Parts: sequence; structure tokens; C-alpha cells
Amino acid sequence: MTQHLPVLQVAIPLLASAVCAIVRNARIAWLIALATTWTAFVIALNLLFRVQSEGIISYALGGWAAPYGIEYRVDLLNAFILVIVTAIGSVVIPFALKSVECEVDKSKGSLFYTAYILCFTGLLGIAVTGDVFNVFVFLEISSLSAYALIAMGQDRKALTASFQYLIMGAVGATFIVIGIGLMYVMTGTLNMADLAARIPEVRANRTIPVAFGFLTVGISLKLALFPLHLWLPNAYTYAPSAVTAFIASTATKVAVYVLLRFFFTIFGIAFSFDIMQLHIVLLPLALIAIFSMSLVAIFQQNVKRMMAYSSLAQIGYMILGISMVSVTGLTAGIIHLFNHAMMKGALFMALGCVMYRIGSVDISAMRGLGKRMPWTMAAFVGAGLSLIGVPLTVGFISKWYLILGALEQSWWPVVVVVLITSLMAVVYIWRVVEVAYFKDYPDYDCKPVCEAPLGLLVPTWVLVATSFYFGIDASFTTKIAEAAARTLLGIGL
Amino acid sequence: MTLAMTSGLIVILPIAGALFVGFSSKWPNVREGFGLITAGGLFGLVLTLIEPVKNGQRPELTLVEVVPGIELALRVEPLGLLFALVASFLWIVTTLYAIGYMRGHHEENQTRFFVFFAIAIAGAMGVALSANLFTLFTFYEALTLCTFPLVTHHGTKEAKKAGRVYLGILLGTSVCFQLLAIIWTWQIAGTVDFMNGGILAGTASNGVLSVILVLFVFGVGKAAVMPFHRWLPAAMVAPTPVSALLHAVAVVKAGVFTILKVAIYIFGIDLLGVLASTIWLAWAAAATIILGSLVAFTKDNLKARLAYSTISQLSYIVLGALLANEWGIIGGGMHIVMHAFGKITLFFAAGAVLVAAHEKDISCMRGLGRSMPVTFACFFVGSLSIIGVPPAGGAWSKWFLGLGTLEAGQMGLLIVLMVSSLLSLVYLLEVPARAFFSSPREDVHSGKGIHEAPWPSLVAMVITALVTLGLFLNPDPFYELMTLVVFS
Amino acid sequence: MNLLGLVNYWAFIILMMIGLYILLSRGNLIKKMVGLSVFQTAVFIMYISMGKVQGGTAPILMNGDVAYSNPLPHVLILTAIVVGVATTAVGLSLIVRIHEAYGTIEEDEIQIEDFGT
Repeated sequence: MTQHLPVLQVAIPLLASAVCAIVRNARIAWLIALATTWTAFVIALNLLFRVQSEGIISYALGGWAAPYGIEYRVDLLNAFILVIVTAIGSVVIPFALKSVECEVDKSKGSLFYTAYILCFTGLLGIAVTGDVFNVFVFLEISSLSAYALIAMGQDRKALTASFQYLIMGAVGATFIVIGIGLMYVMTGTLNMADLAARIPEVRANRTIPVAFGFLTVGISLKLALFPLHLWLPNAYTYAPSAVTAFIASTATKVAVYVLLRFFFTIFGIAFSFDIMQLHIVLLPLALIAIFSMSLVAIFQQNVKRMMAYSSLAQIGYMILGISMVSVTGLTAGIIHLFNHAMMKGALFMALGCVMYRIGSVDISAMRGLGKRMPWTMAAFVGAGLSLIGVPLTVGFISKWYLILGALEQSWWPVVVVVLITSLMAVVYIWRVVEVAYFKDYPDYDCKPVCEAPLGLLVPTWVLVATSFYFGIDASFTTKIAEAAARTLLGIGL
Repeated sequence: MTLAMTSGLIVILPIAGALFVGFSSKWPNVREGFGLITAGGLFGLVLTLIEPVKNGQRPELTLVEVVPGIELALRVEPLGLLFALVASFLWIVTTLYAIGYMRGHHEENQTRFFVFFAIAIAGAMGVALSANLFTLFTFYEALTLCTFPLVTHHGTKEAKKAGRVYLGILLGTSVCFQLLAIIWTWQIAGTVDFMNGGILAGTASNGVLSVILVLFVFGVGKAAVMPFHRWLPAAMVAPTPVSALLHAVAVVKAGVFTILKVAIYIFGIDLLGVLASTIWLAWAAAATIILGSLVAFTKDNLKARLAYSTISQLSYIVLGALLANEWGIIGGGMHIVMHAFGKITLFFAAGAVLVAAHEKDISCMRGLGRSMPVTFACFFVGSLSIIGVPPAGGAWSKWFLGLGTLEAGQMGLLIVLMVSSLLSLVYLLEVPARAFFSSPREDVHSGKGIHEAPWPSLVAMVITALVTLGLFLNPDPFYELMTLVVFS
Repeated sequence: MNLLGLVNYWAFIILMMIGLYILLSRGNLIKKMVGLSVFQTAVFIMYISMGKVQGGTAPILMNGDVAYSNPLPHVLILTAIVVGVATTAVGLSLIVRIHEAYGTIEEDEIQIEDFGT
């Protein structure tokens, strides 16, 4: 049984989504989703511990050995990604019950969970597979269901946001297919490990750099790296709260994983960074993203949109860490995948609580909420502190490694940008804090607002607590991130 | 109970106290009882550490290893003990004072106030007992964040604005400079532990180390070295007990304490003496001393004047650290104690005037001395300590600081100290002089109906004033601790 | 290298550029979808043609020494076609919903509806 875990990781949710689609009752669909995500979480943890103790797990799908068959290959990096995705997925589902009832049309309840699990499946599939074409297929499974999920938002702008995302996402995915096709032309294989072995033989041919270029653009579109980020703010703003919380903490993370996998494992550091000089492209883009998106976040009136821009800046941090191509830098990037998932998930869920009670997340609507919804706002502040990078929160751990990495390379301007932008995070978080705690609740509203129900608060606080726990004792996450970074760089422990 | 556990308990006790205070919010008397008991208990715990530390013990306690090599850890050493002693003792007194003040002034949200007050003390204790820069930074930031609700206690527009300045400067400097300095230290030295003699000597060129020193001195915004001093006057919108404890003791002293600690245990006196930036920073501190005093002159609002006086006095301690010799360090450490007691007396008196006579401005305090003699007598004693003349404790710390400047061969800095003392003589003594010797203003209040502040406040004030006097007669306990710091 | 020998790649590139151009230049959402489809079809052609082996026949097992075309790209692109169809379906259904909500499928008119400018 346990040897089949890699495939069960994907197969269970895939089947569950089909079942969900047949069931027309939202509550039953929710139960199925709950069972599925939690099972997946257990499987992911199991895989992670097994990889930690036994090393890489390779699974031949249908018994066809690689490189001819499709291989599912779990190493420390993707086991970590699996844990992130399943953890967020299983925390968001309990939250979704009430939030979705409130924000999504009742008749679509079961379809919502179908799309949700399908998206979940896709993200897990991307992480677990060792076959590049499989990556594309799962990428599209997750993206297509994400378009549907986003379009379920209440505001009609959700529709245009979803369409915009669809166009950009489809172009990105197609670019990735082109890249994969060109790689196949040159090597005749789709297996990642096999590709990694064969590409050095043919990399003198111009086709490989072209494939590299297509993949760079395609993946950057998917992970919303500046300047290919235009789809993200609207999508996050108008999607239902549960969807935003889920997608913001997982989809871009998985895209970052794809980037790591393609450029470090498949193409290899020597090709990606010595010959193609990828970091020369990534570094400035990351810096611009960090700085400009933090700046834009400060001026947003819609708090969800503010957090969306903040996510773009945070993606910049991850790419910044990666573009250092050093153990410390990669550790920073990988650990920030986890850390950012926890804190952004908590922030978007806290906003979901606000949405549930007052039906808006405009900053002006949040006046006086510090008194009315003390636990919700406390969660927002707690996760916000993490975003700022206060010690004993996960944000600090990321920042510590990031700055250390930049210092190692003596990249002074980078250090300055990282420090200044963490102050910009203070500014935008504090704008919300001031409104929530210093403004009085508007009197004209006859309906008194009270605290969000426990069904919403508990999942939110679970993530807040996680983001503090792994800030206080980060040895577990840093150990994994560092080991994964070393593997990617081909440096032994 | 082992000593290490005691040190852990010292940090945890105020937080536990905060919880009790929070849960007993419905019964103000019980709540304040809890406050006083925890404060007393905390001071008792700190006292038990004195003898072992004097005997050379250095209890250590690792709370948690955050990432490999970076621990949240406590270590009791004489300098930290000195700070912990002062802060914990003054917490008792301030709690007493705050009870009278908050009730007399009919403040709202008193429970929130006392809760964050207790947490702030936990932060200060953590700073005092920290074993490495990471722990220090953690508690330093925690102190900043948990004092924010205290500073903005009134929730008015003015308070919000002040809160922005407060948070902006303190977080800005600590994140941009101090954190950078800490990570840089970690990168070149491979450790951030506080060690006798410092850890940075020989790890990098003197140029780099000079830059790190600059980052530390300006990165500790709580030390209020100009130009990063604006938060201190801004924070004066807070209720007076907050100003008293936090902005005469816990917060500002956490700042200068950090600088002392970094100077002694990260750089080491010897290294400090050869760095190029040391003397420049010493002159920056000297400039802050003079400018702070001059600005204090122009302020009519009593609390604002005290705030600028604090800015000026804090730089005495920074200067002491940067003189890079034993006398300077001893003087700096002693000044933490002396200034704390002197300045808290002054703040108590200012708050008492506000509660009893509703006056904030010095020009309006004419003749108040007749109806509030005890208050203004205490103010007089506190002023003497700040000026640095006998029979108040401040005389000793200024004496050692003066010795330090001579030892360092900096006559100019000695002159700065003298001039500043003269300035403070004028701007501080003006207050009791007006109160006692001018005739009361007849238009506003005839002196009738104005009494001394509520008794808890009065008692608190008298205690600190008496201690200030007592410290002149017997500064030995603190002097001994400081000699342990420099000669170990 | 023989330019004509690469005719399939030329077709791919030209189709791809046409698709991308429509996608970027048209404000009508349906036309955007058309562009996207053309763009995706270009990729299908690239895959299908690259599986061609000179003189190869359909990959059905036969006796003797017969050259087969590479079936794998064809199989892959079957999947990609399915994905493309799904994308088009989702896109078109979104357009239907947008039309219901806004009464238009012109991008600039939607902009005016949303922001009034």
C-alpha cells in the first residue's frame, strides 16, 4: 500500500472530484472535499518523512519503467511542496463551508468543491510527477479549475478577471508546451531525470536555448513574475475568499517549484546560470517586483487587492532568493514558499471573515472592526506582523536568510531593497490597523456587526499559529529547505 | 529552583501577570492587586540573582533554537542584572502610581493599559537578560510593538499621528540598520552571542567594523541619538505613567542598554578604541546632548521639556559607551540607574500636576507649589539628580563619565558635559522655582480646591525621590555590578 | 540547412504569430478566443509534424522492416487538444456569463461599465 502513495496522492483527489461532480448536495460535496484534502495531507506528510529517512522515492506509473513510462518522483523539494499544498488545502476546506455558503450561489455549492478538488489535484500532480508533459497536463487541470473558481466570485468583475487570467494562463501554458516540445525534439525523452542527463549532450544546438526561453516566459506567466503579473491582482481580488486563500498560498508556489525543477534539475545550473545567465534576467525583475508592488500595495483601497500586490512582492522575494544561486539564497527562496503560504493564507482568510460579516473588504468599510471583530483583526495583525518580518514569525526567518544570502554575495543594493520593502509592508499593514483600531464603527449602520463564526475563525487561527510556531522553531522547515537547496545545487550535505 | 529557571521565570512572570490582569478586568481592585503582586514578585526574583552573579555565576537558559546556531536564550550578567533591577523595581512604583493616576484621571480602557504595561515589562526583562543579539532584537521589537497601544492609548487623531512617528522611527531604524548589523555580524563572526571582550575583533577590516558600529548606534532608535529622536517627544501623548516607566526607564533604557551591551560584548572596549567611527559617533552623541538641552529650553509643555531632557541624558550613556574605556562604561551603566530614578520622579510629578491641577504648561504652574508642596519638592530632588549635583545620585554617574572623558583625552567632551549640566540646571529648576516663588495666577485658579494627587501617586513619587537621594549616599551596589562588567 | 525542409516550423511560427497578434490586438472577447485557438493549434502542428519520420508510415505494427512515424508526439498532442478544447469551453462559457452580466463582450465597453471612463 505505502509504495503506491505517490500515485494515490493524485489519484484520490482526482476520483473524489468526479464523485463531487455527481453529488448535487453541497454539504456532502464538502464532506468529500474535507476527507480528500485531509487524506492527501496525511499522505504528503508520510511521503515527506519517508523521503527524509529513505531518500528519493521513484514510482513507475502502471509498472512501466522510466524513461518510457511516466515516473512519479518524490524528493525533498516536491515532498515539501506537497505538504504546503495539502496543508493549505485542508485548512481552507473547513473555512470554505461557511464562507462559500455566503459568497457563492447555493446551486453551485457542489460544483465549487468539484473545481476546488480538481485544482488541488492539478497542483499536487505538478509537484509529484517526474514527467515534463505531465507537468503541463496537471498545470492545465489546476488552471482551468482555478478559472472556474475565480469566476464564482460575487462581483461581476470576477468574470472579467477570470477571463483575463484564462488568456494569460493559456498563453503561458502553451509557451511551456512549446518549450517541452522543443526539448523532446532534441532529446527524445520527457522524463525529467533522463532529460537532465541528455540535455548537456545537445545543448550546443540552438533549439535548447529557444526551449529555455519559451519555458522561462511560460513559467514566469504562471508564477506572475513582474512584468507578467497583470492577471493576478484582479483574480485575487474578485475570487471568493476561500479561493483567494487557497490559490494565493499554493498556485504561485507550485509555479515557483516548476521553475526550480526546470532550471535547476532539468537544464542544470551550469546551463541555466553560467551559459544562459538566467539570474541576470530574474534578479532585476525580482527587485522591481518587490519594490514596485510593495509601493502599489500601499495605495490600494481594497484590502484584498492590497494583499494581492503584496503577494506579487513576496513572489519577488522568492525569485530573488533563487536568483542568488547559492545555498543560502535558495534556502531563503524555498523556505519562503512555505512561510508565505502560511501567512498569506491567514491574511486572506481573515479578510474572508470580514467579508462574511460586512460583505466588503474596502479599507473604509473596516472602520472600528478592532472592537467589533477582535479575533479576526488580531489574526490579521498577527499574520501581518509575519509579513513585516517581526522576529519569532516565519517572515523573519525568510528575511534573515534572504539578507544573509545577499550579504554573502555583497549585493548591497539588494539588501537595501529588502530592508526598505519590509518597512513598506509595515506601512500597508498599519493602514489597515489604524482604520480598524482608531476609527469608530459607523453609526448609521443599524445592523451591529459581531465576531465571525468559529468555523471561519479556527482555520484562520490555525494558520496564524503555524506562522508563529515555525517562526519560533524553524529548524524543521529550514532543515528541509536547506537540504532541498543543496540537492538542487548538487552540493552534498 | 535553579538560577537558570529563575531567569526564565523573570521573563514569563510579567506575561502571566498580564493574563491575570486581563482576566480580572471586571474587578479593578483585584486587577490592580494582581499587578502589584506580580511586580513585587518580579523584583524579588531579580534580587535573588544578585548574590550568585556577584559570586561569578552566569546562569544560562536556552529557550528554543530557532534555526541552527540562532537561539532564543537568556544569560544573566551584571549589566543586564543592573537594568533588570532598575526596571523591575520601578515597575512596582509605577504600578502604584498608575493606579492613582488612571483612576484620578478617569482614563478609559484601563485593563488594556495594564495588560500591555505588563507585557512591555516582559519585553524589557527579555532585553536585559538576552544572551545574544537575536534574542535582544526579538525582545527589542516586541517592546516596540507592545508599547504602541500604550502610546496611542487615547485613540485620538493626535495619538494616532504620534503612534505613526513612534512606530515608524523605531521599526525603521531597527529593521534598516540594527537587523542589518546583526545579520552582518552573524555573517562575519559566525555567532551573535554576547561574550566578554567581544566577538568582532579581527573578523573583518576596521573599515567594515566601523560601518557596523554606525549601524548599531543609529539602529538602536530607542537610544534617541539625533536625528532619530523624534519618536520620544511624539510618544509623550501617552498617559503619564507610560511616559514615566517606558520613556524614562523601560524603552529608552532598553535602547542605551543595547548600545552598552553591544559596545562591551560584541565589539569589546579594545576594539572600540581603535575604530575610526567611534569618536565621530561620540561627537554625534555630544551634539545630541547639547541640542537636546537647547530644545528643552524652548518647550513650555512640561512633558515635552522632560522628553527633550531625556534625549539629552540618553546620549550621556551612549557617549559613555563610546569613550571606550572603563570609566566611561561604568559612568554609562551608573547613569542608567541614576537617570531612571531622577527622571521617573520628574514624570511622576508632571503627571501629578496634570491630575490634580489639570496643568500641562510650565508657565501656568506659578504658585502651585503652595498647594502641592510634596510634588514640587520631589520634582526639585529629581532635577538635582538630572543636573548631577549632590545630594542626588546623578552626581556619581556624571563624575565617572567626566573621568571617562579625561581618560579618553577628550577635553572637548568634558566641556560638553559641563555645559549641558548648566543648561539642565536652568531648564529644570525653572519649574519648582516658579511653583514656589511666584505668586499664584488669580485668573485661572486661586489655589483653592487644588490638592496633592491621589495618595498612591504621591507615595510612588516620594519613594523614587527618596531613592534618588539614597543613591547619592550609597551607590555601591550598582557600582559593584558595573565593576564586574568592566573588570571581568 | 534547407529552408524548405523546415516548412512545418515556418507554418508553426506563422500560425503562432497570427494567433498571438489576434489575441493582443482585438478587444472582442470571442476574437481573443479565436486567436488563442489559432495559437494553440500552431503548437499542435509543431508536435504532430515533428513526429514525422521520413518515409515512415502510421505506427501500426507490420511485418518486416518498416519505418514508423513517432507516435508519442501524436499521443501527447491528443492530450493537448483536449486541454485546448477545455480551455476554449471554459473561455466561451465565461464570455457567455460576461455577456449576461455586462451586455457586451467588447473589452473597452466592459471597462466603461466597470470604471465609467
